[in-house]
Amino acid sequence: MNVVVCVKQIPDPADPGALDPSTKTLKRDGKLILDESDSYGVEMALQLVDAAGGGEVTLVSMAPNSEVGGLRTALAMGAAKAVLVSDDALAGTDALGTAKVLAKAIERAGSADLILTATESSDGYTGTVPEQIAELLSLPSVTFAKEIAVDGSTVKVQRQTEAGYDEVESPLPAVVSVTAGVVEPRYPSFKGIMAAKSKPVDEVKLADLGIDAGSVGWAGGGQEIVEVAEAEAREAGTIIEDDGEAFGKIVEFLDDLKVI
Amino acid sequence: MTVAKIWVFGEAAGDTVSNTTLELLAKARTLADTVEVVTAAGNDIAAAVGAHGASKVLTVPGTDGKLLGAPVAGAIAAAIEAGTGPDAVLLATSYDGRDVAGRLSVKADAPVITNVVDLVERDGALAGVEPIFGGTTNVVTKFTTDKVGIFLVRPKSFAAEETGGGAAAVEELAVPDLGASGAPTITNRFVEEKTGPSLDDAAVVVAGGRGLGEKDNYQLVEDLAKLLAAAPGASRAIVDAGWVPYSYQVGQTGKVVKPTVYIAAGISGATQHLVGMKGSKNIIAINKDPEAPIFSVADLGIVGDVHKVLPKLIEALQGR
Ligand SMILES: Cc1cc2nc3c(=O)[nH]c(=O)nc-3n(C[C@H](O)[C@H](O)[C@H](O)COP(=O)(O)OP(=O)(O)OC[C@H]3O[C@@H](n4cnc5c(N)ncnc54)[C@H](O)[C@@H]3O)c2cc1C
Ligand SMILES: Nc1ncnc2c1ncn2[C@@H]1O[C@H](COP(=O)(O)O)[C@@H](O)[C@H]1O
Repeated sequence: MNVVVCVKQIPDPADPGALDPSTKTLKRDGKLILDESDSYGVEMALQLVDAAGGGEVTLVSMAPNSEVGGLRTALAMGAAKAVLVSDDALAGTDALGTAKVLAKAIERAGSADLILTATESSDGYTGTVPEQIAELLSLPSVTFAKEIAVDGSTVKVQRQTEAGYDEVESPLPAVVSVTAGVVEPRYPSFKGIMAAKSKPVDEVKLADLGIDAGSVGWAGGGQEIVEVAEAEAREAGTIIEDDGEAFGKIVEFLDDLKVI
Repeated sequence: MTVAKIWVFGEAAGDTVSNTTLELLAKARTLADTVEVVTAAGNDIAAAVGAHGASKVLTVPGTDGKLLGAPVAGAIAAAIEAGTGPDAVLLATSYDGRDVAGRLSVKADAPVITNVVDLVERDGALAGVEPIFGGTTNVVTKFTTDKVGIFLVRPKSFAAEETGGGAAAVEELAVPDLGASGAPTITNRFVEEKTGPSLDDAAVVVAGGRGLGEKDNYQLVEDLAKLLAAAPGASRAIVDAGWVPYSYQVGQTGKVVKPTVYIAAGISGATQHLVGMKGSKNIIAINKDPEAPIFSVADLGIVGDVHKVLPKLIEALQGR
């Protein structure tokens, strides 16, 4: 079974973010790493291919500056190869544009039985890309998976709901988005890291995918940020050091609010 | 009015309508002349949404045992194509809301404005307000085309409000052939038993984080919550660590809560946590690090050890 996993490469979330003053979007010029949210999809894909007893995991990513940092991490975990879309014309691309690019890249990766994504990325968190990819490829989709099993040409998914979860069955090929934290992503071994260096990364431009540059990027967006403003700040509160009696202050506070 | 017609995606919660649907209706009424609900929940919600200002309920048939993304988006897109569609669609950032928005965005070739906490008018058009950096900065985004405006709105952004209107008229939308995208089938539904007040409507929320040290210490949060008739909550760190179920999580990828009092015990206050609880009326934080970002939103901040403060607080409350 062949699984394609969409993996986003993002700035290290430990670094505080900043807006580019001219474009009013998040700066993405430094080194990028594998979005932790996608490490669960990579792990899930590796387990499913293992269980199927054959096939491979292919990564698909769209990122600036020919970035492969995050791809190497996922290749070191065990993915076989990657398609990377990197093109200056992609600067400013929104979620719909991203999905258009990823859908073409998935087709280029070839004959996927299953396409995995995360439910939302750590830096963009629109949470719409998975469903957009599915619609662009005219495929069924199941979002918010906490467990995935493949049985012949059917995928069985436990999908999170408000109340608990649903068991959902879909024919393959299908797009499934994987909830964070549902599997334990493996640490790349030393051997894995060495092997990853020579695994193939197929780097392509928009033209290679037959995408018109005008349909993505700033121009293709269809939305515009018209204002960036400080949010109303909360009034500064009282901060006290616990001297053993601070609990009394909490009781008083709750008393004043009449919640006890 | 900013636009002529808004459709709100109406979602069921058990056998009634979800509160987020009613929240969206309250806002939609201030923005559009005509507000209608499009739903797969059938006629069941017609009375409730009518009382909250919807003039019509547009039902999407044939969704029993089906995921809602493809059929609901298909029905809305077909209406738009036929010229009977809305100017904007408002959906909650829910499991199904996101599915519908994503599918619809491709069908209408229109982007989605996501993580919206308010809707405003800019240059005669609808614009979405999205908080970033843990809610310290607001970004206002508008559409640059005249295609349908799709907005994914965070729960609890608006207060639901009855208008006293009668039941909404019910009409059925046509669903086009969905091909493979309509294939997924729900074979079984599992409801996780929950007892006590829920994060959605408890007046008090007591949430614990990694500062509790280990799983067993979450009992302190449970004990305090019980004494305050509060809902217990959690940071993602301890959900991921398996101390408590996902349904306890507060924040960007969990619940948005707005209780009268939010008590954060051993939670650092990462931006993704803050967006889920910053709207609480009063915030109490207990953290041993005076520099913890949670203190920037706290009305009462205790710099101290949760293992000392919580047991004493519990004892004091037990004595009342
Ligand atoms: C895409 C994405 C989505 C996310 N969504 C969410 C979300 O929905 N909700 C969420 O909560 N997080 C979310 N996060 C994670 C978030 O970034 C933080 O990692 C998480 O909130 C941290 O949890 P914490 O505060 O419990 O742990 P930590 O950040 O480790 O903080 C523990 C705190 O406890 C204090 N402490 C330690 N010992 C004691 C003691 N004895 N007494 C008192 N205080 C003590 C420490 O000083 C520290 O401030 C998300 C992250 C990403 C990337
Ligand atoms: N640039 C990208 N490259 C690869 N995958 C992506 C990209 N953007 C989004 N995705 C996938 O889509 C998911 C949801 O993204 P988002 O809609 O931005 O929250 C991510 O977690 C990834 O799995």
